[in-house]
Amino acid sequence: MQNEIPSQSQFQSIPRQSIVAPKLESYQTDGFFDELVDEHTMARPDAEMLVQLINRIPAGELLRRQRSIERSLYQMGITFTVYSDNSGTEKIMPFDVIPRIVSAMLWHHIEAGLRQRIRALNRFLSDIYGDQAIVNDGIIPKELIDSCPAFLPQCVGLKPPRDVWCHITGTDLVRDNTGAVYVLEDNLRCPSGVSYVLQNRHVMKRNFPQVFGASRVRPVNDYPSRLYGMLRSMVPWEIDNPTVAVLTPGVFNSAYYEHSFLAQQMGVELVEGRDLVVQDDFVYMRTTDGLQQVDVIYRRVDDTFLDPEVFRKDSALGVAGLMRAYRAGNVALANAPGTGVADDKVIYAFVPQMIDYYLGEQPILANVPTYVCQQEEDRNYVLDHLDELVVKAAGESGGYGILIGPHATDDERAEFAAKIRENPRNYIAQPTLQLSRVPTLANDTIEGRHVDLRPYILYSGPDDVWVMPGGLTRVALKKGSLVVNSSQGGGSKDTWVVAEAGQPVASSNS
Amino acid sequence: MTRIPIFTLSPTMLSRVAESIYWMSRQVERAENHARFLEVTLNLILDQPEDVVDPWEPLVQVTGDTAWFLEKYGPPNAQNVVKFLAFDLEYHSSMLTCLRAARENAKSVRESLSSESYEQLNEFYHFVQHATSEQLTDPTAAFFDSVRRHALMWSGTLDNTMAHNKAWHFANVGRLLERADKTSRILDVKYFNLLPRIEDVGTAVDDLQWSTLLLAISGFEAYRRDHHLVDLEKVVEFFLFHRTFPRSILSCVAGADWSLYEISESSHETVPREARQKIAALKHRLSRTNVKEVLAGGMHQFIDLLQGELNEIGNLLNHDYFNQPSST
Repeated sequence: MQNEIPSQSQFQSIPRQSIVAPKLESYQTDGFFDELVDEHTMARPDAEMLVQLINRIPAGELLRRQRSIERSLYQMGITFTVYSDNSGTEKIMPFDVIPRIVSAMLWHHIEAGLRQRIRALNRFLSDIYGDQAIVNDGIIPKELIDSCPAFLPQCVGLKPPRDVWCHITGTDLVRDNTGAVYVLEDNLRCPSGVSYVLQNRHVMKRNFPQVFGASRVRPVNDYPSRLYGMLRSMVPWEIDNPTVAVLTPGVFNSAYYEHSFLAQQMGVELVEGRDLVVQDDFVYMRTTDGLQQVDVIYRRVDDTFLDPEVFRKDSALGVAGLMRAYRAGNVALANAPGTGVADDKVIYAFVPQMIDYYLGEQPILANVPTYVCQQEEDRNYVLDHLDELVVKAAGESGGYGILIGPHATDDERAEFAAKIRENPRNYIAQPTLQLSRVPTLANDTIEGRHVDLRPYILYSGPDDVWVMPGGLTRVALKKGSLVVNSSQGGGSKDTWVVAEAGQPVASSNS
Repeated sequence: MTRIPIFTLSPTMLSRVAESIYWMSRQVERAENHARFLEVTLNLILDQPEDVVDPWEPLVQVTGDTAWFLEKYGPPNAQNVVKFLAFDLEYHSSMLTCLRAARENAKSVRESLSSESYEQLNEFYHFVQHATSEQLTDPTAAFFDSVRRHALMWSGTLDNTMAHNKAWHFANVGRLLERADKTSRILDVKYFNLLPRIEDVGTAVDDLQWSTLLLAISGFEAYRRDHHLVDLEKVVEFFLFHRTFPRSILSCVAGADWSLYEISESSHETVPREARQKIAALKHRLSRTNVKEVLAGGMHQFIDLLQGELNEIGNLLNHDYFNQPSST
């Protein structure tokens, strides 16, 4: 199905304030939309100071600061272990020193769009595990829900506290060649990466205090206290000192650092499944004082591993009886189990209709036009245009199960065609977007690299939605690559959202 | 369903976290002690006439794993003892193995430590890991001196960037039980190795040997201030019964007793207190024993008994705090 894409080019034609904008020297946009400079490599208004700094800075100095930042990240232990050799080699997540800047006006648009989208998605979750009005009214075909692996029949009839399902969402946004913003996907299960946002900011402030201070960047470091506030508001009863815990699969999980970081920053317990026990439908943790009741769990364990009584019986990561306690209303879980149905790549195609159906509004942020291979007309189009499209497996993430048609070989396309015919429900296709780029350090030169953006949204209720100003800018460090996932050679950048008059600005020394 | 009341000293402490912090702290202390032993020995061989006393074999004996060592390495020498004590990842208590394990433990309880503590330990580990190959080729006292400095920074960071809550007290118990064990082991082995050379008594060599032993626990200057001359009985007394020197056995036991007291006082009334009772009894006994009795009854027997009691306290911690049966 196709969506109308509203033109957003007006966000790029802000009248220039300075007489002559600085030009980013010896840089090429190669015909792509660039976040920091225009097609003549002149700095966009909010990036003038940064471009001046980059021009002024002696050769090699940027690289030196980059190395220094990498060293700090290494010392902070924000690393993953390379398991291919046994010597305990560790690497940091690649980080690029040149930030991405988002203008206040563009951000205003993104934030409004995300609020709207999350409200609709939460309504959808409540509906789909309840009366399924959206199916009964013929908006979403029933077979698409029934065949969705992330739709969990065990969650039908659940009543989460305050009817909040998707407490924490990370939505992936991209911009195309015209600068228009699209939602690429919603992540409503256990979106990760927010710790990188906070740490990237921390090291950038230390290394570029002047330009950071002058750039009127909106702060992100209140995320842990916002998260805590949201979790606390989910406590099922009135109590002065509720016990909030982060549930992690353990130290070998690739996002373990983040779990531990968030628990530490919020000052709450970090628990593993083996630390918890359910008795009489209450959840307890094993402490040196015996068992202590837990009120709210921010769980970073996937749905199907949460409770071996209800989901996968072989799971050692969860807690037997957790769902009983949840159903009894004796513990709150964030996010609610079952939210994955809303970020299924096929269901994604229907989010614009959900916004219309539940809110009676037009979508502020467009979806990337999406062909649902389950539908015959779309499937035929996809099979005929494989060399133009990006094909994605609905059940995969992390940049796996993707065919980028224009970059693929004939054999690869034939292989995907066969897979699509065999299991059409599992595939969608989208046009290949020319993702926007940001100047990025490539050894000692600066070249454009493609980026996306994942802002984080905290949903406490329809009137209480908080969108982190900024988010994780992921960058495909390989020249020409469109794949930003860290498992596939992606890195990250700090994201600077410029404050409007009256908005708080991050201080470079806090 | 009753809620456990909130106590002043850290309201909640997962059993798993308490155990990991305890071990983390023990492992860093063990690594530090091995660095100390190697540092003083590397210095010693520069000062002493050749073939007076083999300094390497006692270092292997200190570990209690002599059989394992001989099986793998054969006769001890500078190279293989450095490898064994410092860098051998096959050996469960080498410095590098301990630091790696300590860091894994720290990682698993990172949210309960201060950021500075974790970063300090992380840096410590990387420092040792990166130096491995050059130190295997040409070990230097300077390197082990830097390791000791890292350990001191770790200790200072832990003490000064965290509330002295339950987590800290468990770390302190781990640190002090390990230290008491190591101090007793080095005294035991060195005493055994030095004593037979009765012809050296009162000579420069003898003086040097005992001074080295004091240096291994950073106690040389403190001892000199109290006693000026090196005297066997006084050195033993310093190791065992000094009331305030932070590496003497009595002082370690008293510190661990204090931390276990704080832990048990802030624990729920249903929590057993056997570890605390045992260490209080040990402290009491040590403070009423004098060095003459020890030497008369046999130093080795005394230390053997002591080590048994320290182990027993470790086991009781498991019983009291780390592995409680689940019941409400």
